[in-house]
Amino acid sequence: MMPTENRTVQFKIYRYDPDRDAKPYMQDISVELDVTDRKLLDAMVRLKVKDDSLSFRRSCREGVCGSDAMNINGKNGLACLTDMSTFPVGKPIVLRPLPGLPVIRDLVVDMTQFFKQYHSIKPYLVNNDPLPEKERLQSPEDREELNGLYECILCACCTTACPSFWWNPDKFVGPAGLLAAYRFIADTRDQATTERLDNLEDPYRLFRCHSIMNCVDVCPKNLNPTKAIGKIKEMMLQRAI
Amino acid sequence: MKRIVVGAHYGLKDWIAQRVTAVVMAVFTIVMIAAIAGGATSSAEAWRGFMSHGAIRIATFLFAISLFYHAWIGIRDIWMDYVKPAGLRLALHVLTALALIAYTGWTLQILWRL
Ligand code: SF4
Ligand code: SF4
Ligand code: FES
Repeated sequence: MMPTENRTVQFKIYRYDPDRDAKPYMQDISVELDVTDRKLLDAMVRLKVKDDSLSFRRSCREGVCGSDAMNINGKNGLACLTDMSTFPVGKPIVLRPLPGLPVIRDLVVDMTQFFKQYHSIKPYLVNNDPLPEKERLQSPEDREELNGLYECILCACCTTACPSFWWNPDKFVGPAGLLAAYRFIADTRDQATTERLDNLEDPYRLFRCHSIMNCVDVCPKNLNPTKAIGKIKEMMLQRAI
Repeated sequence: MKRIVVGAHYGLKDWIAQRVTAVVMAVFTIVMIAAIAGGATSSAEAWRGFMSHGAIRIATFLFAISLFYHAWIGIRDIWMDYVKPAGLRLALHVLTALALIAYTGWTLQILWRL
């Protein structure tokens, strides 16, 4: 329900400044919200006015840039897409950084490992044919296959919710990387399918996924990495038998 | 310098085996439930007669092998996730494999003693 008047909301926020704090702590803080503050990010911007030492990333404020991913009441999500009205009244909203990645400060995590895995699957089209005059064409049916894959904004909500990634962040590609891998495996214009499958045929890189489906549960873009991972496995099976 | 080495080029076979063994176990379980419902365990003699039937013996053995292979993949996955030192992990892999092979021999012994 939309609130009709200003209200005060309680927060419990993970705070850690490695230069000043010996260890992380949870900060209790409340903020008065305007009726126009609809999303969690709006509230956080107000929090930042109140306590400007609070650090978090954000940019587009509309679910496009993927920078404000965080752990909200125990579940990964984007602050800018989370409605304030979805929170139970009277309970503090608990904000933590994405799990499984090193914390740089407060809600800002080091995404290096995440992007390393993403780059390891060569997230670009490989096609050695001479460049066509205009563009490489695809039939509408072939293009259809890329739906639900190309929309990923690399927010890392999924990968950092995946236990397999927590245990092996250096070796398991993770749901976001595997979704991207399938995006190029499925692309009829790409010519590196065999190499891409070779690259993933490994007990860690792909087969660490045990279909726990945490990734599907949290994706703010409603994508389904588990399904894409299943399709990669299916293709490997097809070429093996 | 610490390098990350991946690219063992296996995994698919185990993934398939995990699924196939699961199906074998499921089918066997259904057969067993049906047999018990049909009175195969009504007396010790009936139970012994049923289990020593040639086809049931083979089926039980297939079930046991499936179970052990399934367990091998699952337990090895656990070691791979949680045990980082290579030496310790190898030792655990070997112990697990030896135990499962021993169980297989033991199963054979029990089944063909009936
Ligand atoms: S389905 Fe796979 S990738 Fe997704 S959370 Fe589970 S283990 Fe991770
Ligand atoms: S698949 Fe979804 S949760 Fe994962 S990085 Fe892409 S948009 Fe984020
Ligand atoms: S601020 Fe860009 S996705 Fe939330």
